[in-house]
Amino acid sequence: MLDVTHALELDLVRKTYGDPLHGHQALTGASFHVKDNEFFTLLGPSGSGKTTLLRLLAGFESTTSGEIRLYGKPIQSLVAEQRPVNTVFQQYSLFPHMTIAENVGFGLKMQGRPAREVAARVEEMLALVKMEAFRNRRPAQLSGGQQQRVALARALAPKPKVLLLDEPLSALDLKLRQAMRLELKQLQAKTGITFVFVTHDQEEALAMSDRIAVLADGVIQQVGGPREIYDRPANLFVADFIGDNNFLKVEVLSRQGATAMVRGAGIEAVQARDAAQGASQGTLMVRPEALHLSAGEGRVRFAEKARVLADIYLGNALTYVTALPDGTHLNIRDEDARRAAKPIAEGQTVEVWADAEAPMLFDGAGK
Amino acid sequence: MARNSHSRIIGQFPGFGKFTFLFFVYLYLPIIVVMVLSFNASPAATVWGGFSLEWYGKALANADLRTAAWNSIQIAVSAALLSTVLATFAANTLHRLTGRKDATLAQGVIMLPLVLPEIVMAVALLSFFSSLGVSLGKGNLIIAHTLLCLPFAFLPIRARLQGMDASLTEAAADLYARPFSRFRHVTLPMLMPGIVSGFMLAFVVSMDNFTVSLLVSQAGSTTLPVFIFGMLRVGVTPDVNAASTLIILASTALVVVSFLLAGRNPK
Ligand SMILES: Nc1ncnc2c1ncn2[C@@H]1O[C@H](COP(=O)(O)OP(=O)(O)OP(=O)(O)O)[C@@H](O)[C@H]1O
Ligand SMILES: [Mg+2]
Repeated sequence: MLDVTHALELDLVRKTYGDPLHGHQALTGASFHVKDNEFFTLLGPSGSGKTTLLRLLAGFESTTSGEIRLYGKPIQSLVAEQRPVNTVFQQYSLFPHMTIAENVGFGLKMQGRPAREVAARVEEMLALVKMEAFRNRRPAQLSGGQQQRVALARALAPKPKVLLLDEPLSALDLKLRQAMRLELKQLQAKTGITFVFVTHDQEEALAMSDRIAVLADGVIQQVGGPREIYDRPANLFVADFIGDNNFLKVEVLSRQGATAMVRGAGIEAVQARDAAQGASQGTLMVRPEALHLSAGEGRVRFAEKARVLADIYLGNALTYVTALPDGTHLNIRDEDARRAAKPIAEGQTVEVWADAEAPMLFDGAGK
Repeated sequence: MARNSHSRIIGQFPGFGKFTFLFFVYLYLPIIVVMVLSFNASPAATVWGGFSLEWYGKALANADLRTAAWNSIQIAVSAALLSTVLATFAANTLHRLTGRKDATLAQGVIMLPLVLPEIVMAVALLSFFSSLGVSLGKGNLIIAHTLLCLPFAFLPIRARLQGMDASLTEAAADLYARPFSRFRHVTLPMLMPGIVSGFMLAFVVSMDNFTVSLLVSQAGSTTLPVFIFGMLRVGVTPDVNAASTLIILASTALVVVSFLLAGRNPK
């Protein structure tokens, strides 16, 4: 493990726009690494600093402090045209006055490669993204999805060490977006190029990434695999941002190792994984799909009484909105209940069970 | 959309159509009269002597008129070229410095010939040339016209730059293009319609400039408008009408082409 060079390493990277002291801090001391040949995603809400981070990597902005290394070599002294990374821009930014083939070949041409090599590589890239038929068209004559593919081919053609993608799917419609997810993932595997992918769509991030960095307000909240981030969020922000969740205000009754007994919101006592760092009060998080309306193996009793307020039926999922004795809402997405012949009537009282490892305790009030 | 509904509302005022018609008559009637008279066989403006191209022949046979026209074309092409090149670089530099105070000031200086009374410019240029002892004949006029044409060449290029997506040059940099290559392969082709349009406007402005030309021109470097003015001292003759009509047609054609180019969508 010691000698592995990572594709990217960031050490305390900081970016302040405008005045270094009073300007807007878009990125605060980001430290993480991206492994070689990895599909790495930067996930965060709007304004969290994702584009800023990507522009620092591409060389369009310079860091205020900190260090960025590409395969072990610091790159901050290099301008954009000297960095062996390429970008797929959010609005594609294809050159409107060039044909598709000229667009795809532009990077190689600028690198001074011989014309024959450029032409061959352009054909190879157009085939890769299935756009051979369009080589002589102009960008304006293509649909959004087709422009997207050309932008990908253009950025991949010079064989960058790292490919940066800024919300490349956000301008596409839902169906196309889902198809492109798979295609991008396959493209990454086929080319063996490290991808750094930016999105604000958590579903997209979970579906495509090897690892994800969650960003909020210019701070890296957590870095980890999709499962890790979903099942063991580092803090309330991550828990809230990724997937659906229930949050209950609780107090700690006792602690033992990594677990705590908590009480609150009308629940007598329930065991939770303890991430509250010794606080005596906190927020209990439990995902709706970890809650059930019947006992079973590996389940513990979560609440004795919850009153059904409504059910939300989505075809592949049924969610009961219930109220705990103190009025706090608790969403339950039970697979058995979905398959049950008859839904539970409004106003009825149910008993709630939880997967034993699911509830997690955080300090702080949450939302 | 907003513009459309707006003009529809104005157009609905009673009498708007008639008023517009009168406005255009007022604007263009004198020009039409000149054009019609240039085909009049009779030398008297008040008598229609039938259709004739005689005056065109006469105007074209006038050697002094031809020399003046040739001077004008040489000066206009040179001044338009110089001002377009200067304007292209100025627009690019100022665009990069957008928001800075000195950039705003520099742009104001470029625009100065638009707002200064032309006679002030003319006197200033005249005393500038004579105090420095610059006597380059047509060269003096080229320098003076370049200055006058600069804002006209600058404006369409600048507008084009402002409409250009900044991420295109970033994309070029990302694809290993150095600053000069970025300019040559991306910025310049994108600006081309604006540059051509700026060149044509500058050409037209130089071609029909009178005040500055009158003061700055020396013997041997007389321009067409100055020469025509000289012809008028002997009274309006039909060959002046013919020459004017030719100038009107050429200018109109250039301006139309210029607008068509400027309006062409980059995408
Ligand atoms: N050139 C700039 N000058 C000043 N502030 C900027 C600049 N670019 C971005 N910011 C600010 O930095 C913060 C982070 O912006 P950034 O574009 O990185 O967010 P983002 O995560 O990409 O958001 P989105 O999902 O909306 O694209 C924002 O508050 C933004 O207003
Ligand atoms: Mg962004």
